[in-house]
Amino acid sequence: MISKSEPSIVTSKTKYFFTELMGAPLSAKIGILIVVIYIFVALFAPLLAPFGESELVGKKYQPWNNTFLLGTDNLGRDMLSRILFGARNTVGIAFLTTLVAFLIGGICGIFAAVVGRWIDQVLCRIVDILMAIPLLIFAMLLLSIFGTSIPSLILIIGILDATRVFRISRAVSLNIVVMDFIEAAKLQGESLFRITIREILPNIFSPLAAEFGLRFCYVFLTISALSFLGLGIQPPTADWGSMVRATADLITFGDYTPLIPAAAIAALTVGVNFIVDWFLHIHSRLQDEL
Amino acid sequence: MSSKQNKTLLSITDLCIDGFSNNRWHQIVKHVNLGLDHGDILGLIGESGAGKSTIGIAAMGYAKPGCRITQGSIKFDNLELTTATEEEKRILRGSRIAYVAQSAAASFNPAHKLIDQFSECVVQHGIGSRQQAYADAKDLYNRIKMPDPNRIGFRYPHQVSGGQLQRAMTAMALSCRPNLIIFDEPTTALDVTTQIEVLSTIRDIVQQFNTAAIYISHDLAIVAQMADKILVLRDGEPIEEAETRTMISNPKQKYTKSLWAVRSFQKSKTSLNPQTRPHIKVERVTAAYTKSTDDVLIDVNFEIMQGETVAIVGESGSGKSTMARVITGLLPPKNGMVFYEGAQLPDDYRNRTAQQLQKIQMIYQMPDTAINPRHKIRHIVGRQLSLHLDLEGDAKQRRLEDLMDMVDMTPTRYLDRYPEELSGGQKQRVCIARALAANPSFVICDEVTSALDKIIAEGILRLLDRLQQELKLAYMFITHDLATVKAIADRVVVMRQGCIVEQGSRSEVFDPPYHEYTELLLSSVPEMDPDWMDRVIANRLQKNRMQPAKI
Repeated sequence: MISKSEPSIVTSKTKYFFTELMGAPLSAKIGILIVVIYIFVALFAPLLAPFGESELVGKKYQPWNNTFLLGTDNLGRDMLSRILFGARNTVGIAFLTTLVAFLIGGICGIFAAVVGRWIDQVLCRIVDILMAIPLLIFAMLLLSIFGTSIPSLILIIGILDATRVFRISRAVSLNIVVMDFIEAAKLQGESLFRITIREILPNIFSPLAAEFGLRFCYVFLTISALSFLGLGIQPPTADWGSMVRATADLITFGDYTPLIPAAAIAALTVGVNFIVDWFLHIHSRLQDEL
Repeated sequence: MSSKQNKTLLSITDLCIDGFSNNRWHQIVKHVNLGLDHGDILGLIGESGAGKSTIGIAAMGYAKPGCRITQGSIKFDNLELTTATEEEKRILRGSRIAYVAQSAAASFNPAHKLIDQFSECVVQHGIGSRQQAYADAKDLYNRIKMPDPNRIGFRYPHQVSGGQLQRAMTAMALSCRPNLIIFDEPTTALDVTTQIEVLSTIRDIVQQFNTAAIYISHDLAIVAQMADKILVLRDGEPIEEAETRTMISNPKQKYTKSLWAVRSFQKSKTSLNPQTRPHIKVERVTAAYTKSTDDVLIDVNFEIMQGETVAIVGESGSGKSTMARVITGLLPPKNGMVFYEGAQLPDDYRNRTAQQLQKIQMIYQMPDTAINPRHKIRHIVGRQLSLHLDLEGDAKQRRLEDLMDMVDMTPTRYLDRYPEELSGGQKQRVCIARALAANPSFVICDEVTSALDKIIAEGILRLLDRLQQELKLAYMFITHDLATVKAIADRVVVMRQGCIVEQGSRSEVFDPPYHEYTELLLSSVPEMDPDWMDRVIANRLQKNRMQPAKI
């Protein structure tokens, strides 16, 4: 009986999703378009790129021409190919990092809200301490201690950003924890894990999803900033942040090639924010002022 | 009284208001006409969603966001409010038309003293100076019999009780001596003993200043005390309008009659087998929320037999709900024990076995917050079945259907819905089904009907009674509504400030001679008689007890 009713729910949900999508404002549609393009490029970079990621194919600092559409960089690698591969690296790593931040921060936040008492206090104070140190400086410090490999980059930024996620997920959970249905679940003998996952998580999903979009932008910018400073994604891996740095000298000669990876970063940030705004608008349940 | 003029103060003709929901406009007020002279009091009566409040605020020329006035005219003192500019209306509001909201606690600004909020309107409208307003406030506080009228205004809203706050709000509405005051359920959030004080204050003050008033309430007995005439509304449509006495003694419409007949339910007789062992026994329980705060329950003892209903009665803050938390184990007591079928229950619910948890179930006051809005009814009710009874697949489905039938909801229609697709009464039925799903023997009902309309509440009471007959359930019925208690209880426990004042069978408690406090509670329940309040107040004056809230 249950399995029979399942498909109809799925179709109705998909249908609902598409109706919402068609009614989305223009800004949200642009945002979705940008994100879809980025995902497409990230997935099919090897097919789209004319050259390899770190292949030396020409002379240094060649201007735009028919072979190298966007010229070459300081070592003679094709800029276009590196930008396409960069989407894969920068966006992929930022996405993984945000995911780590949400897994750690989200679960700890809900947990602190449900259990309360001293566990809540201890977690909150730890987060306060971590947040007291400016994120970028702290990240640079830790990266120089643990080395700048990609796993350590993901973990370090993930944990540092988890503090922000912790704060928001704890705050929104606190509003849910006081509800009678949580009390009812406790009295049914539900486990703490089940209360967290089944009772609280669905109710705080929309603010968390919106936060995920915003957090992704911040993580993305942090990683780009770190790469620009030389502590992020290491060469020869193509990455937009370090690409800006590598070709930064060109700007003094009036060549705006270094602005292209920077624009790629900016466009994605704007696109994601458009989607987040729209998502928040749907779920805030605010009636439009008439 | 002498200044009574003969022209109509407020006249509303053919008023229609639309509300926006589910992406389209619905008509929520349909062709309402009413007229009000100086000094008149009109009662607006109806269930929730009848459009009472919408009409109330429309009388000020205002429509809430998401509402629009589509048709008709609202004339206040010959000014057409539907076409008046914002500025014209702003001058009227506060100075000539005032509004008293349902929840004073939510309507006062917590960051300002009462007296400053009182004088704000006076100063804003240029009626007087701050000093004059202060003097006037003290005079009014005195007239409405606030304790310590010269100083109470200098307190912040959280430093006075709910009843005092509601009275301060009435005084505030009078600060500019308006011609019309709109009272929107001003006593609904109050205890019965406090309610009567607020009601008498409102009536005195309205008479003294010859103010016209619109009194909005769902409680007929209260409107009967206040209003000269009554307008009954249903789904935005006027059903019947008449003088109060005519309306009470001789309602014409079928719907009005059904509103009158609401309190007719009487529990079927429970035949209790003589039992030696109580089903639930609470022994010498003392409890507090933290170690440093005062005890909320002090040395409480009572028993509940199998299959009987025990009502716990008292004002808010008397410890009724705390009692429920102690029994369920959410609040381990400082002293004392709770026994189930003679065996002591662990203090903390986390130490109780699944079987112990299963046998004691709870139904909450607010069905909106008692069920998770993100789960389907199937999951909400079904979770108990898989958790406690290990039912899965077909067996679970059959049991789910049985349970939904039991609470009079068609399984095929409702099982796959989300809570937001149900009405308040239906949600409460889902809560009942969830409690029953665990096969309990004892159910705690915490104010289960107080958030519901009278007719729907009646349906829930009948359902609970039928289930008790069928399943031999024991109920602990927490409520402040004595009418409900009289209808459903076998035995009654009266609580005040954490202590049990009186307990016994329904007839022992509710038939004379009364315990002093029980009598106070009983006499404060409004009756469907326009002279009831005068009689009670006269009685109390005679006994020289005009401050019942502070015994």
